[in-house]
Amino acid sequence: MRVNENMESTNMKMKTILLTTAAAMIAAPAFAASHMANEMTIVSWGGAYSKSQLLAYDEPYSEMTGTTIIHDDSSAEAVAKLRAMNEAGNVTWDVVDVVAADAIRLCDEGLALVIDPDKDLAPAPDGTPASEDFGDLLVSECYIPQIVYSTTFGYRTDMVGDTPPTDICAVFDLEAYPGKRSLEKRPINNMEWALLCDGVAKGDVYDVLATPEGQDKALAKLDTIKDQVIWWNAGADTPQLLADGEVVMGSTYNGRLFSVIEEQDQPVAMLWDAQVFDLDGWIIPAGLSPEREARARDYVRFATDTQRLADQAKYISYGPARMSSAPLVGKHAELGIDMAPHMPTDPNNAKNTFLYNYEFWADYRDDIDAKFQAWLAQ
Amino acid sequence: MAALTPISRKPLSFVLPILAAAGALVGLFFGTANGSGLIGIVAGAVLVAGLGYAYVEVLKNEKTALWISLAVMVVLGIYLAGIPGIVLGLFFGWFFWWFTHWLFEGRYRARLLPYLTPGQVLWHYSFRVICGLIFFFLVSPLVPVIWLSFNAQDFFTFTPEMLRFDPAGYSLKHYQDFFTNGEWQRSFKNSLIIAPIATVISVSLGTLAAIGLSQSHVPFRRAIMAILISPMIVPLIISATGMFFFYSKIGNFMEGTMGLDKNLVGYFKVVLAHAVLGIPFVIITVTATLVGFDRSLTRAAANMGANPVTTFFKVQMPLILPGVISGGLFAFITSFDEVVVVLFVGSAGQKTLPWQMFTGLREQISPTILAVATILVVISIALLTTVELLRRRSERLRGMSPA
Repeated sequence: MRVNENMESTNMKMKTILLTTAAAMIAAPAFAASHMANEMTIVSWGGAYSKSQLLAYDEPYSEMTGTTIIHDDSSAEAVAKLRAMNEAGNVTWDVVDVVAADAIRLCDEGLALVIDPDKDLAPAPDGTPASEDFGDLLVSECYIPQIVYSTTFGYRTDMVGDTPPTDICAVFDLEAYPGKRSLEKRPINNMEWALLCDGVAKGDVYDVLATPEGQDKALAKLDTIKDQVIWWNAGADTPQLLADGEVVMGSTYNGRLFSVIEEQDQPVAMLWDAQVFDLDGWIIPAGLSPEREARARDYVRFATDTQRLADQAKYISYGPARMSSAPLVGKHAELGIDMAPHMPTDPNNAKNTFLYNYEFWADYRDDIDAKFQAWLAQ
Repeated sequence: MAALTPISRKPLSFVLPILAAAGALVGLFFGTANGSGLIGIVAGAVLVAGLGYAYVEVLKNEKTALWISLAVMVVLGIYLAGIPGIVLGLFFGWFFWWFTHWLFEGRYRARLLPYLTPGQVLWHYSFRVICGLIFFFLVSPLVPVIWLSFNAQDFFTFTPEMLRFDPAGYSLKHYQDFFTNGEWQRSFKNSLIIAPIATVISVSLGTLAAIGLSQSHVPFRRAIMAILISPMIVPLIISATGMFFFYSKIGNFMEGTMGLDKNLVGYFKVVLAHAVLGIPFVIITVTATLVGFDRSLTRAAANMGANPVTTFFKVQMPLILPGVISGGLFAFITSFDEVVVVLFVGSAGQKTLPWQMFTGLREQISPTILAVATILVVISIALLTTVELLRRRSERLRGMSPA
C-alpha cells in the first residue's frame, strides 16, 4: 500500500513536471517573439565611441521604452554590408552610424531612408526647428549628424625637444622633428596637408588638387617623408604607436588623442593646426518592416535631441552637431574636467581648420586613390 | 639513470673554446640590447671562458664555484638590467657553472653508449638543441601575449614598471573587463552555444559519411569525397559569401513563412555553416582510422546475430573512437576560432568571441583581447590535457601501456 502511495505521488510529481515543461515549451516561443519585437541592432564604430553612445543614448532609451539594444561594431564596412543585405533581402540592422561620405553614397544608392529634419527630428528646447539647429551640417537628405570630429595630429611631448610643434608643417620637417610619423593609409587629408606645406594657399588647395600636376606636387611633398611614415588603417593604431614611443607624431581622430592624453595619462599633446572636420551620424537603412522602421525613427529622434547630444560630450571629446547643444556641454563624467576646451570646435583649437570637402572627394576619390596606392607601392 | 660510459676529464683546449662560443652567443643578445653587439660578443666570450678556467684550474671546487658564478652573474644582471636582471643572473650563473663542469668532467658522455663517435655525440646534442629551438619558435609568441594581458595600461606596451617587476605596472583589470563587460560575455556565451552544437552535427554527419565512403560498393567514391572535403580547400571568404546569400534566403523563409524567432534562426544559420566547415576534418580523421579497421569484425558480429546498428555502436564505434574524437576536436576548434563566416552569416545577436576580438583589435587595441587570448590558451591546454589523460586511462584499463 505504502509503496503504491509513494508510486502515485511520484507519478503525480512527474506529471506536474511534465505539464510545466510542456507549458513552458509552448510559452517560450511566444515569450521569445514578444521579446524579439522589442530588440534593435545599432551599428557603430566600437571602442570608446560606442561606449559614449551606450551611456548617452542607449541606456536612457532602453529605460524609457524597454527596448533591448544590441551593438554591432561594423560601421567600417557598413556600405558593403548594407548592399549585400539589401541584395539578399535580409536587413538585420535598425540604425547605422556612418561618416558623412558613406551616408551620401548610401543615400544615392537608395539604401538609406530620406529624413525630413523638421518632421522627424526634435526641435531645439527654444523651439528652433531642427533644420536650422543643425544648419549646414545636414549634408545629405538621409543623414542625421551627431557629432563633429576632427582628424588632427598628436605628438610625444618628450620627443620633440624644447620647441613643441605648433604648425602642421612640422610633420614634413624631418630636421626639426626627426623620427617616424604615422599617417592614414589613404590620400584624403594627407594630400591637403602636403599641398598646404608646399606653399599652396588654403583657398586654392582643392583647385590645385584637381589637376594632375597638383596631385603629383602633393605626392612629391609626401615623398620627402615617405621612408619615415608608418601608415595606419584603424583609428586605434596611432594611439598605440604614440604610447609605445614608436612615432614622434601621428594623425588620428581627436577623441582618440583625448583618451590617450587625459584618460591614459600618456606624454602626448595635440597639434590642432589644420585639423580636418568631418561628421558622424545616423542613417536608417531602407527595407525595414514598418514596425522596425517606426522604432528606428523613434530612436533617432530621441538620440539626436539637444540634451542627448550634449550628454554624449560627457564621455568623449567630439563636438555635438546641434548649435543648441553647445552651451549644455559640461564636465567629463569620470575625470570631472571641463570638456569644452577639448572640443575640436573650441575657438582656441579651431584657429586654422579644414572642412572635409565632400563634393571634391566624391568626384576625385577613385582617381586620386589609384594614384596614391601606386605611389605607395613604389 | 646509471652511467653507461666511464667518463674522464677533458682537456682545456676542448672546454674553453666551447665555453667562449656559448658566452659569445649570450653576449651577443645582451650586447645588442645595450647598444653594441660586438662588445657583447667579446665580453661574453672572455667572461665565460675566464670564469670556466678559474673554476676548473684554480678553484677546483664545484660548490664554491657555484656561489661565485651566481654572485658574478647577478651583479652583472643588476648592472645591465636592474631588478629583473637578478632572475636572468641567477639563471645564467647556474647555467654556466653547470655547463663548465658538464664539459670539463666529460659528463655529457656518461649516459650515451660507449661506442659512439665524437660526431655522433655532437649530433645527439645538436638534435636536442634544434628541437628546443623549434619548440621555442612555436611557443614564444604566446609569452608576450600572456605577459601583456596583465598590463596596468590600456596599450600593448611593456611599460618601464612592467620591466622592473613593479606591482604597480600589473593589474587584473583586463580580466575584470572581460568578466563584467556585457559584449564580451555575450560573445563568450554565443561561442559556447555555437561551437558544441556545430561539433555534434559535424561529428555525426562526418562519421556517417566516412563509413559510407569506406564501403567498396559505393559508386563515385572519389568524386563524393572531393565534394565533401571541398569546404576545406575553397578559400573561406568565397564559401562565406556563398553561404551569406544561401542562408539569407533560408533565414527569410524560416522567419517569414514559418514565423520562427529571429535569434533562433540566426543561431541555426551559424551552427549549420560551422558544421559544414567542420565536416571535412571529421571525414579525414575517421577515414584514416577506418583504414586500420578489420572488416571481418563486422561480419563476425553479423554472424552472431547483431543487426548493423548494434554492430556499429558495439564493435565499430569503439575501435574508431580515437579518430572520431580528434576529428571532433578539430571541428570544435574550427568553429571556436572562426571569424570570416560568422561575420557574413551571423548578425550581431550571434556575435562570437573571435568576432568580438576582431572588431576590438581593429577599433580599439585593448589588452582585454590579450586577457581573452590567455583564458582561451588555458582552456585549450586544459581540454587537451584532459583528453590525453582519459586516453591513457582507457589504455591502462585495457591493459596496454601508454605509448
